[in-house]
Amino acid sequence: MIAAAVVALLITLALTLIRAFLGPSIYDQILAVNSFGTKTVLLIVVGGHALDWFSYVDIALMYALINFVGTLAVMRFFEQYKPEGEQSS
Amino acid sequence: MIISFLSDICLFLGSFFTFTGALGLLRFPSFFTRLHAASVTESLAAPLLITGVILDTGFTLDSAKLVLIILIMVIANPTITHALCRAAAHGGVNPEMETKSSEKNQSQTDTELSAKEPK
Repeated sequence: MIAAAVVALLITLALTLIRAFLGPSIYDQILAVNSFGTKTVLLIVVGGHALDWFSYVDIALMYALINFVGTLAVMRFFEQYKPEGEQSS
Repeated sequence: MIISFLSDICLFLGSFFTFTGALGLLRFPSFFTRLHAASVTESLAAPLLITGVILDTGFTLDSAKLVLIILIMVIANPTITHALCRAAAHGGVNPEMETKSSEKNQSQTDTELSAKEPK
């Protein structure tokens, strides 16, 4: 069942990446990147447990914290950002 | 035996909900519906998947750290969703309010029905 969970997480990562590439607005892309990060944490946990990696839990913990802070920082930037400049992005 | 069965159930439900969330993220029409689909399923699926791994690991130091990851995700996911929704609302993405047009359609259908009924 763990192998099935890893395969489902990989398919999920691919679908999320498609939305991140063709998201119409910048907020769709931020949402997709945040979702990608969360699912990467889940993939590290499940795959690390399946493959008996050494201290995978610490890496997953740090990745979750960095994902949270990074998404919040990018969002703070784009909240101050005026949508007139959206053609350049 | 029972614990591994419970772990399998948790892993299956978690992977099912992550897949459903990604499908909603890919297929839903507007931004706020996509936000809803991604955030709700994510904050349900992440504890389920990690609980499955905890039940398979046994109760060691690693499982304590996994509980910490669950706590971080349960706190961080709604925070990110709220802040992203607010940033989008400030940045000019308005939710598509379909209520007025649907009310119009309802009233139109009502008038049509009331026009048809006396006949």
